[in-house]
Amino acid sequence: MAELVPSAMIETMTAAADWVVVLPLVLCLMGAAATLMLRRSGRLTFMFSLLILVGVIACEVTLLLRVLDSGPLSMTMGKWLPPFGISFTADIFGAGFALAAAVVTLAVLVYAQGERGADDGRDGFHSMVLLLLAGVTGSFLTGDLFNLYVWFEVMLIASFGLIVLGGSPAQLDGAVKYGFLNFLATTFFLLALGLLYGLLGTLNMADILRVAPSANPAAMAGVAALLLLAFGMKAAAFPVNAWLPAAYHTPPAVISALFAGLLTKVGVYAMLRSLVVLLPASRDLLEPVLVAVALATLLIAPLGAIAETNLRRAIGFLVIGGVGSVLAGIAIPSLAGVSGAGLYVFHAILTMTALYLVAGLVERQTGETDTRRMGGLYAASAPVSMLFFALVLATAGVPPFLGFWPKLLLLQAGLAEAGWSGGLVAMALILNAILTLIAGSRLWAHIFWRSAPEGAVAPAVASRQGEWLRFGAAGALVAVVVAAGLWPNGLFEALRLGAPDLLDPARYVAAVGLAGGSP
Amino acid sequence: MNTVIFRTITPLIVAIMLVFSVYVCLRGHNEPGGGFIGGLIAASAIAILGMATGAEAARRALRLDPLAIAGFGVFIAGLSGLLSLFTGSPFMTSIWLYLELGQTTLPLSTPLVFDIGVYLVVFGTIATIALALEGEGEEDL
Repeated sequence: MAELVPSAMIETMTAAADWVVVLPLVLCLMGAAATLMLRRSGRLTFMFSLLILVGVIACEVTLLLRVLDSGPLSMTMGKWLPPFGISFTADIFGAGFALAAAVVTLAVLVYAQGERGADDGRDGFHSMVLLLLAGVTGSFLTGDLFNLYVWFEVMLIASFGLIVLGGSPAQLDGAVKYGFLNFLATTFFLLALGLLYGLLGTLNMADILRVAPSANPAAMAGVAALLLLAFGMKAAAFPVNAWLPAAYHTPPAVISALFAGLLTKVGVYAMLRSLVVLLPASRDLLEPVLVAVALATLLIAPLGAIAETNLRRAIGFLVIGGVGSVLAGIAIPSLAGVSGAGLYVFHAILTMTALYLVAGLVERQTGETDTRRMGGLYAASAPVSMLFFALVLATAGVPPFLGFWPKLLLLQAGLAEAGWSGGLVAMALILNAILTLIAGSRLWAHIFWRSAPEGAVAPAVASRQGEWLRFGAAGALVAVVVAAGLWPNGLFEALRLGAPDLLDPARYVAAVGLAGGSP
Repeated sequence: MNTVIFRTITPLIVAIMLVFSVYVCLRGHNEPGGGFIGGLIAASAIAILGMATGAEAARRALRLDPLAIAGFGVFIAGLSGLLSLFTGSPFMTSIWLYLELGQTTLPLSTPLVFDIGVYLVVFGTIATIALALEGEGEEDL
């Protein structure tokens, strides 16, 4: 066969070390399959998925170090040459987000073990968590837009399974809203992909970069607008955000934590990748829309959080506010803006998961989901109040915490931008920080500070071991957030190396192997 | 549905369908067929068995939990892709083995393993759904 079509196959050998770009995904998928087979074997399922996650994290650390050292890494499946084969391409942003996603999944899995206790995972919880992580990892690492769609679907299926696990009427209600709007979003995404393939004849990201400049700009702007709508729905940006607060509080807290850390972040990452990197000319046309959406999301989300009394619904609005910050970076894609957006995604993956986990601790201790019936928890559990307060400060972006650094970068980007949009975005970011702080400290004051309501009874305490696992997982994640905020030098070094790749993707294209310009 | 004629003829139909599903799966590399459609045919066979004998008896006849079969399918499909690690090529590169058996050559390959994986995934998933729908609602999770 090689003599007949010599130009269609990769001729060189692939080093075994290059496999780190697909191994995290393959481990997750095969781990999900194996836990499905093991699901009647009690604790073994948990231990096995823990082992898989440690393996995934090890691969992703290796991948990140490799990418930091020598630039983007790509592998094209099945030995086909890049535009024909499906490429997996990891740059610093993708590899870093994938690592953060695996770390929060580990915390969530340990926490879940504490919460579920004797429950042995017959319902396939571990398989679906690993499948969700497979979808997320695939989305962060893929170098092909159609493949991105496939991982979106994998993610959707897994999250749909997780949200109905338990089957209470509220969960089914949340699942219908979540499922319907997200199916709609993936359909829009698919439509955009069809149009894009018709226009360009390729969906490989590196190849799109090569041929997009010569395509019809009006048609490309239409595709970009469709992608903006699709990813905006996925990310819960302002006009299409209603599904998130309606759905995230219905499953158990540990599952909302996983969703908050992973799902919307993949949406904004896809938006960053497709609009800023792949279609920058169309993004410029859409800039007024992006600025308006970013402003609205930044301002309305924390107002929603202030108005809300259900704890996890309120945190859902804080998640949306974070999405607004990333949108601000996409609306002003200077080097600082893109860096800020990237760092914010990283921060939000860790912080939002931790926030929901701590909310789970609060709900468990009070036995309530509504903050109006909570109170006086400070006396009962000071450590939980500290965890919660640290996360509120991190979310709002108060200096020593992780959330401050991306907001600083975004503010710099906004103020450096000539014209009205930069100043407006900067003002909205500051207002968002203040409103988020108000919303967060109001929650904290209601749950922890004020005295407990009359006649409140402490609910039964779960097993001691479960308590430690839950508290340990949430505490460890908060410790990671605090540590990353106190020593951000490594993150800034990664941004300095990684952010230019988004604005000038020459290294990315070269890694895929298209720089030579095969026809 | 539960007539004597149907119950008598069912084992025959099921057996033929299962053999046919394997045939369709194996010819799928170069001709119409493949793991997906083969798995669908096999799952329909189990669904018919479930209609005739009841979901519980069909589950017992399967011996293995259909969801575990689906998991095994994903697992061996992943494994077939991982094998190319040892040939110095990217993930999912096919590896071929041509067995000389007297007059004929039998081509074996990793895509075959992948397709069998697909067969098992489709069979396991659809059989789970079909048996859950046919059951009395006492879903055996």
